[in-house]
Amino acid sequence: MGSSETIPEFGKSGSGAGQVGVTNMSALTAGPGIQSARDVAIIALVAVVVIGGLELLLLAFGVPQYVLPRPSEIAVALVTDFHFILPHLVHTLVELLSGFGIGALVGLVLAAIITQFPFAEKIITPYILLLVTTPMLALVPLLILRFGFGYEPRIIAVALASGPMVMINATTGFRRVDSGKIALARSYGASTLQIFWKIRAPMALPMIFVGLMVGSIFGLLTAVGAEMVGGGFGLGNRLTSYSSMIQMPQFFAVVLILSILGILIYVLFFLLGKKYASWEA
Amino acid sequence: MSVVHTPGPKLQVRDASKVYQTASGDLLALDRCNLDVQENEIVSIVGPSGSGKTTLLWSMSGLHGLSSGEVLLDGKKITAPSPDIGMVFQDANLLPWRTVDANINFPFEIKGTKPDRDWIAQLMHRVGLEGFGGRMPNELSGGMQQRVALVRALSFKPSVLLMDEPFGALDSFTREEMNHLVEEIYLDTRTTIVLITHSIEEAIFLSDRVIVMSARPGRIASAHEVPFARPRSMEIMSTREVFDLTNTIKREIVGDQKSKAAKVAAPVREATAS
Repeated sequence: MGSSETIPEFGKSGSGAGQVGVTNMSALTAGPGIQSARDVAIIALVAVVVIGGLELLLLAFGVPQYVLPRPSEIAVALVTDFHFILPHLVHTLVELLSGFGIGALVGLVLAAIITQFPFAEKIITPYILLLVTTPMLALVPLLILRFGFGYEPRIIAVALASGPMVMINATTGFRRVDSGKIALARSYGASTLQIFWKIRAPMALPMIFVGLMVGSIFGLLTAVGAEMVGGGFGLGNRLTSYSSMIQMPQFFAVVLILSILGILIYVLFFLLGKKYASWEA
Repeated sequence: MSVVHTPGPKLQVRDASKVYQTASGDLLALDRCNLDVQENEIVSIVGPSGSGKTTLLWSMSGLHGLSSGEVLLDGKKITAPSPDIGMVFQDANLLPWRTVDANINFPFEIKGTKPDRDWIAQLMHRVGLEGFGGRMPNELSGGMQQRVALVRALSFKPSVLLMDEPFGALDSFTREEMNHLVEEIYLDTRTTIVLITHSIEEAIFLSDRVIVMSARPGRIASAHEVPFARPRSMEIMSTREVFDLTNTIKREIVGDQKSKAAKVAAPVREATAS
């Protein structure tokens, strides 16, 4: 928009609106969809069969606990040792929330800014891609050297892992310019700022949710990974410590907690997306 | 009514030219166009693709500038979108994340003014959208969406309504319905209307005057008065007069395209501006 006028060609709503159609959001959220109580019952039944079958198999073949603990042993460990694990869970959550909060905020602001300047965007995008594809876990030993074994290196690693992910998705969202909708706003005399808040931001919202979802899961991975590298707390630290002591039921209890955490993050952003970006699906 | 010349025309286009810079060189989309639109007049613009219809309309709206020439609204030069002008776009152009009511409220949010609730309720009633205020656009049919767009454009009582091929995407029955609706609203409000359309029938049915444009470069080729009293019925469409007028306009457009095609048998620059 602005000075660079192009030949107006709307009607061909393909230009902007086509893209807006079904994007990653629906790829992440749609799926076949759980329709009825019957579906839920079948899913539960599969879980019972798999877990029960595993239990019986491990019993029947006398697999030792240090190779693979039985589901029942994992469940017992989860309940009895939960009060040992809880403080570590809190540590991991603190790292995740603060790191992800910082990373997502910076990523969103940068995405909003660079998309206003196509030239800057062109220059910066490859570097963002580099940040997205480089596993930030690789920097953790260096960060520990510099910041010690406390929260700082982990929070920084989480922010570095999740921020670019949020940014690159949000950039895609902000870039989805529908010139017809911008012209509509301008026909009422909208300012650049009004166009941003009333047109660009809502249009970008679905992609922003995708970025937040992927970014937070990346953040969780990085937090746990960083905890495994060094320091005396966090769920990652529990994983290395339990495995070194061959406390396999406790080890798997932590794995279970991590999967539940991941699913909760997914569900959170799924619901947010459904509430605020359902117009797109 | 188009002969009422007393207070000066509502809209005046003076020597409007527009050049677009394209990858394959400059494209003259509009070439010294002159057009007066009288107050309370409905004028349609028809023409082949590339005749600069949309460019002309957008320069009237103040959304795009001209390379040279000017557009005057009530004698004052238009340099930016005016609150006196309502615009209806090609597709309904509703904001899909907003309900019908929130879409209609959008112009007021941008302008920072208070909507006239009674007037909007009246419009909603007129277009048959009562009770649909809470719906999302994707729950509405194409015709309903365009009705919402019409209400939105008229919600702030503009004195000029610019319509850029508003009903092109609708089926012919819905289109006829919408044409009647536009005329009804016109008879209520006497809003000056400039309409771009690909349908010569639509142009004749709705307009006091049909302007024909020719392509490459975009020029105003001719103007035709449509002397039928309002409200009009679809029956006028089967009269001899309309039949002849339709054919005259059709021949002008097709003839223009043929002669141009013959002249530029060499590299034809694909102009997408319609």
